[in-house]
Amino acid sequence: MLLYVFRRLLTAIPTLFVIVTLAFFLIRVAPGGPFNQERGLSPEIKANLEAQFGLNDPLWVQYLHYLKNLAHGDFGPSYNLPDFTVGELFAKGLPISVQLGASALVLALLLGSLLGTVAALNQNKAGDYSVIALATAGSTIPTFVIAPIIQLVFGLTWRLLPIGGWGDGAFVNKIGPVLTLALPQIAIVARLMRGSMIESLHSHHIRTARALGLSDWSVVVKHALRGAVLPIVSFTGPAAAALLTGSIIVETIFAIPGVGRYFVDAALNRDYTLVMGTVVVIAIFTIVFNLIVDIMYAVVDPRVRYD
Amino acid sequence: MTGRETILDVRGLRVRFRTLDGTVEAVKGIDIHVGAGETVAVVGESGSGKSQTMMAAMRLLASNGEASGTVDYRGRNLLELGKSDLNKVRGSKISMIFQEPMTSLDPLYTIGNQLIEPIRRHRGLGAAEARKEALKLLRLVRIPDPERRMKSYPYEMSGGQRQRVMIAMALANDPDILIADEPTTALDVTIQGEILTLLAELQQKLGMAIVFITHDLGIVRRFADRVYVMRSGEVVEEGETEALFSAPQHDYTKMLLAAEPTGSKDPPPPNAPVLLEGRNVEVTFRIGGGFLAGEPMLLRAVDRISVRLKRRQTIGIVGESGSGKSTLGRALLRLLPSDGVIRFDDKDISHADRQAMRPLRRELQLVFQDPFGSLSPRMTVGQVVTEGLLVHEPELSGRQRDQRAVEALREVGIDPNARNRYPHEFSGGQRQRIAIARAMILKPKVVVLDEPTSALDRSVQKQIVDLLRQLQAEHDLSYLFISHDLSVVRAMADYIIVMRQGKIVEEGPTEAIFDHPQDTYTQTLMAAAIDSTRFRASA
Repeated sequence: MLLYVFRRLLTAIPTLFVIVTLAFFLIRVAPGGPFNQERGLSPEIKANLEAQFGLNDPLWVQYLHYLKNLAHGDFGPSYNLPDFTVGELFAKGLPISVQLGASALVLALLLGSLLGTVAALNQNKAGDYSVIALATAGSTIPTFVIAPIIQLVFGLTWRLLPIGGWGDGAFVNKIGPVLTLALPQIAIVARLMRGSMIESLHSHHIRTARALGLSDWSVVVKHALRGAVLPIVSFTGPAAAALLTGSIIVETIFAIPGVGRYFVDAALNRDYTLVMGTVVVIAIFTIVFNLIVDIMYAVVDPRVRYD
Repeated sequence: MTGRETILDVRGLRVRFRTLDGTVEAVKGIDIHVGAGETVAVVGESGSGKSQTMMAAMRLLASNGEASGTVDYRGRNLLELGKSDLNKVRGSKISMIFQEPMTSLDPLYTIGNQLIEPIRRHRGLGAAEARKEALKLLRLVRIPDPERRMKSYPYEMSGGQRQRVMIAMALANDPDILIADEPTTALDVTIQGEILTLLAELQQKLGMAIVFITHDLGIVRRFADRVYVMRSGEVVEEGETEALFSAPQHDYTKMLLAAEPTGSKDPPPPNAPVLLEGRNVEVTFRIGGGFLAGEPMLLRAVDRISVRLKRRQTIGIVGESGSGKSTLGRALLRLLPSDGVIRFDDKDISHADRQAMRPLRRELQLVFQDPFGSLSPRMTVGQVVTEGLLVHEPELSGRQRDQRAVEALREVGIDPNARNRYPHEFSGGQRQRIAIARAMILKPKVVVLDEPTSALDRSVQKQIVDLLRQLQAEHDLSYLFISHDLSVVRAMADYIIVMRQGKIVEEGPTEAIFDHPQDTYTQTLMAAAIDSTRFRASA
């Protein structure tokens, strides 16, 4: 198993390399540069800035330079937020995004699995239909609609929650954004869980368990649930990577200083280093979580063995 | 069965399923009784309701099913028992083993864990004592090395071993009645014999009653005291085994008893040309391996086998699962990469690529075992049957193709007017006929039949065998007939190859192999299939 993890991490290096290379040249292909859109930037100053950041060097020199720094863990300075390096921006914002994302993920997995299981046990009855209705609503209403509704109802009308802001990570400040992030995920998990649980409940070994006179609790929780979580496990990898690296919509609406907005802002501003930094972070998260998923798979299902 | 106390008394049992097409009655008011220590067989073909009867008694029906009537177990009606009272009977007083040994155990828990659970639940034992009991049970069902097996997962065991574990679980709490629903159907013949012998011995030792649900009359005859014959949800005949077998009253019973495929095939004339020939054919599978994973494991599925199939000949390839018989069939059709020489119609096709093989495909057809999985559910039967014509005779007009479909379907005994229906509207036997029509429409020379009758009821098997023989005579076909079912092979083939672990252990004309098997493995195989001695002394 250790060898497997090692092997996977080793194969991640070329993957990461390809991603970095593609992203590096793609963003350069886009017209404009980091200092183009500033109003009234005189040509001399612009030339100075570009010289300072080495933007006049041939592209492949810049590329090799970037790779070298990246290998040392240096993401470079941000062009548009000149007081900060990209590393500093992530050091400040990423923990916030990760906190929100992780809370939303945990909430989505717990609540979604519970709802899905309830629906499966009441297949084609009232309980099932209400969960499906809820899940459909959850996945169709966009976050930019849910977020303002939460702000209006809980923030303005009932004054239970702050309307926005991070508040140094106070619990009440997290409720709104976490709920907004979690709702669509709850819907997806519930639907997945319902489907796989129904399948699991119909399998032959569940019939065996019932024929042996085991209790409903054992049949459902010990035997059916464990087999049914496998699709949820596969879903969790990419979902976790997406949630933990921040959401631009949620962070903008709730005024959260996370990293979610960087990707879009940086791309619009041609902030090359910040774009690259975001790409690398998301790629690493994705690779790591997919690895965790594969390991979890082997933990849940003994038939899956890596060696 | 006089003098026995009746312990299970099923009266007026009806089972209904609510489906999209309305209510379907699977069991139509039947009476069955089982005495203490008695062995009762419920026989019938698929769809007769024999399984649903016992599922209803155990309250294991699918959620759209409902049962009415009474199932009286020692004075209590199981159909009306509360959930917790019911769970005190199930797995304890009445237990059940199923047809599917591969999937009936939870794949995610060890054998030990699954054995211990019902013991603890029903007897309230502590973990250590329950473990001891579980070990005792594994010894009882003769699982080798039980200590180690406790820690095994189902996927690490063979089908026969899994069925032994199922039996151990069912016997864990010393049941009154063991319901065995086709417990050997999915197993190889030699393993079938072992499991049945084990069941018979355990019954003698423990004295429980056994309700045996099966379609296999051979097993009934060797095993049961009394028989119920079911058809379309009704019991058409019942009686003591010997009496029923020697003097069946109902037509359906007579038909079932006569359903064994009969007849034999004459060998082709000695000067018949060899159509398909394989010399030293070898198929090797690579398992595992890859980046940093070391050398792959090599598995030789077919080990230097030579076959010569003449025109109008039928070679039966027999062997148990995993013997490589299907792989050999596929390799000879060049559907799998293989080493060695393969010649068809005097051409060396060992190295023919896809392009070169395409025109030959119409002459080399394949019919699969599973009539349910091998027809696309989204195509009409007419489309399924004529699909090959689109490739091999693209010049045909839609009308001509339709005409060919009509002929092909008529030839295999399917009403051509049904060609616009979808496969799910047909029974298993009809689907297998459609699959045969799909092969025959191309007018092939060689057909590889890979267990074409294994998924079918006996009486349907016989019809398919007759059909295949008739088609062979009419179209001068050569068959490679792959099967584990010796009685079908005997009726179909004039030459037999016995395979084991990728090698030929014996080959020769059918009669010679059946009458004087030389190899010990062939002898075991024959004994397991044809022996008619009883597994247990008549009680």
